[in-house]
Amino acid sequence: MGRNPTIQQSSNPAIQYSNTHNTPTIGRRFRKKPLAAAGLLGIALLALLCFGSDIFARHDPNAHGDLLTSRYLQPSMDHPFGTDKFGRDVFSRVLQGGKISLTIAFCVVTLAMTLGLLYGTVSGYFGGWVDAAMMRFLDFFLAFPAIFLILTIVAVFDLNHWYLIPILGLTGWMEAARIVRTEVLSLKERDFILAAKCLGFSHVRILSRHIVPNCLTPLFVAATLKVAEVVLLESALSFLGVGVQPPTASWGSIINDGRGVLLRAWWISTFPGAFIVWSVVSFNLVSDGLQQAFSPDR
Amino acid sequence: MITYLAKRIGISLFIVFGVLSLSFALIHMAPGDPSSLYIRPDIDPQTMASLRSQMGLDQPIWRQYVLWIQQVCSGNFGISFSQQRPVAEILAEAIPNTLQLTVAAFLIQLVLGTLLGVLTAIKHNTKLDFSISSFLLFLYSMPGFWLALMAVLVFSLKLGWLPSSQMQSLQIADGAWAQLTDRLRHLILPAGVLAAPFVAHTARFIRGSLSEVLQQDYIRTAYAFGIPARKVLFKYALKNAVLPLASLFGFYLPFLLGGAVITEYIFAWPGFGRITVNAIFAHDFPMILAGNFIAALAVVIGNLISDLVSKAVDPRIRG
Repeated sequence: MGRNPTIQQSSNPAIQYSNTHNTPTIGRRFRKKPLAAAGLLGIALLALLCFGSDIFARHDPNAHGDLLTSRYLQPSMDHPFGTDKFGRDVFSRVLQGGKISLTIAFCVVTLAMTLGLLYGTVSGYFGGWVDAAMMRFLDFFLAFPAIFLILTIVAVFDLNHWYLIPILGLTGWMEAARIVRTEVLSLKERDFILAAKCLGFSHVRILSRHIVPNCLTPLFVAATLKVAEVVLLESALSFLGVGVQPPTASWGSIINDGRGVLLRAWWISTFPGAFIVWSVVSFNLVSDGLQQAFSPDR
Repeated sequence: MITYLAKRIGISLFIVFGVLSLSFALIHMAPGDPSSLYIRPDIDPQTMASLRSQMGLDQPIWRQYVLWIQQVCSGNFGISFSQQRPVAEILAEAIPNTLQLTVAAFLIQLVLGTLLGVLTAIKHNTKLDFSISSFLLFLYSMPGFWLALMAVLVFSLKLGWLPSSQMQSLQIADGAWAQLTDRLRHLILPAGVLAAPFVAHTARFIRGSLSEVLQQDYIRTAYAFGIPARKVLFKYALKNAVLPLASLFGFYLPFLLGGAVITEYIFAWPGFGRITVNAIFAHDFPMILAGNFIAALAVVIGNLISDLVSKAVDPRIRG
C-alpha cells in the first residue's frame, strides 16, 4: 500500500519535495471516482446540516411542545420529521444529535489514530523483542471484544457521554497500529532512511521527519473507515441507553425514544437511522475511493 | 503440528486469563462497594458484615482475586446478584438459544453471501453488479438495531407476517412439526438482521477474490479445453476463491456474538446477549464477568478455528 507514490523517494532524501509532487496525482485519481466524490459531498452536506443546526432547525431540540396538541405529530412542513412524545421537533433533534455523534466520532478517531500511530511506529521501528512484546500486547487487546469491554466500563462507572471518547479511543487504536507498523517495517529498510542514519540523525528526527509523514496516507484511509465504525458503535451504545444520556439527543437515543411507538409514530425511529446510514455510507465511499487513489495497482 | 497446537492453546489460555484479570480489576476500581447496590444502607451493621462475608467482600482484594480465579477454573461463576441463581445455570440455559441464532445467521451469511458474491463476480462491472454492490454497501452501513426496528415495523407490525419478539408463541400447537415451524418463524427476523452485515462482507469478499481468480491463466485454459462455463465456475474457480474466506469463518464468531447482544435485546431472544445487557443495567457483577469470559473464549476459539481451517484447506500454509 502506498508503495508506488513513494518510489522516487528512495533516491531522494528530501521527501518533502516528492510529497508535494505526488499530491496532485492522488487528488486527480480520487476525483476520477464519482462514488468517492458522492461520498465526500454526502459528508459535506451532513456536516453543514448538523453543525449549522441553529440555522436549519426552526425549533429548540429540547423544548417540550404542548402535550395536548403537539405530541406525535406526523411529518409536515413545520415539523419535517414529526414530533415525539414530548412534542419535541424530531428534525431539530436529529440535527443536534448529528452534531454530537459526529463530534464524538471525530474525537475518537483522532485519539485512536494518534495512539495507533505512536504504537505502530515504535513497534515497527525498533523491532526485535520490543516489537514482539508490543504485538503480543496488541493481540491481547484485539481478543477483548470491544462492545463487552465498553459495556463493562459503562456499567461500573456512571459516566456522561464525553467519557465515550477516551473509552472508544482506547479500545479502537489496534487496527491503526497494525497498519502503521507494517508500513514502518518496509519504510525503515529504504535507502533514504539509511541515508538519514548515515548523516547521524537521531531516532526522534528520523521518526518524526522521515518515517511518520510517509505513514500518514494509509492511516488516513483507516481513519475514514474508523469514523463510520465509531458512528455505528456510538449509536448502538446510545440506543442501549449507556451512551449519550437524555435529554441530550443523539441518533441512537432518538431511535430508542421511538422504539416503543413504532406503529403509532414510525418517524421518530426511522429518520435518525436514515441519517446514520447516510453518514456511514458516505464515509465508506470516501474510504474506498481513497484506498484506490493511494494504491492504483490494487 | 501438535507442538503448534499446544503453543496456540497456551497463548489462548493466557489471553483469556488476561481478559478475566482486566475485567476483575475494572469492577474493583469502581467507586463504592458492589454490595451497597443490593443491601439497603439502613440495615443492621452486623447483618451487613455477615452478608458481606457471604459474598466474599470482606477479604483482601488479592485473596478475592485468587478465590475467584479458582472458582472460574472449576466452572463456578458465583451467584447472580439480580437473579439469585448460579450464573453457570443461567448461562447453560441461554447459550443454546444464542447458538441457534448465530448458527442460523451464519448459514444465511454463507448461502446468501456466496450467491451474491458469485453473481456480482461473473457480472463484473455491469449494471446488475453495480446495483447489487450498492445494495450491499447500504446493508453493511446500517446499524443493526435500526435495521431490526425497521424489519419489525414492516414485517410484524404493518404486514403481520412474522412475530416481532421471543423465541416461540405463547400457545403452540402440539407436534414436532408445528413447533419447528413456529421456531423458524421466530428465527427469521433476528437471524436475518444479525446476518445482514456479514452477508455483505462475505459477498464483497467473494466478488473480489472470484473476479481475480477468473482472470487467471488456468481458467482460460479450462475454457479453451471446452469445459462448460458452469463447471469451470463452480468446480475450478469458486474453490480457489472461497479458500481465503475459510480462514475468516472463525474470525466472524466473536462479531456474531457481539451482534447477537443487540439483536437479542431487541427481539427479546432469551440468549447470552440479552442476559449480558440486563446484567449491565442491574450492575450484576458476577454475570458481567461471566459474560466477558464467554466473549473472550469466543474470540480465542474463533482465532484457533481460523488458523486450523486455513491450514486444513490450504496445504500451502505451514507453520
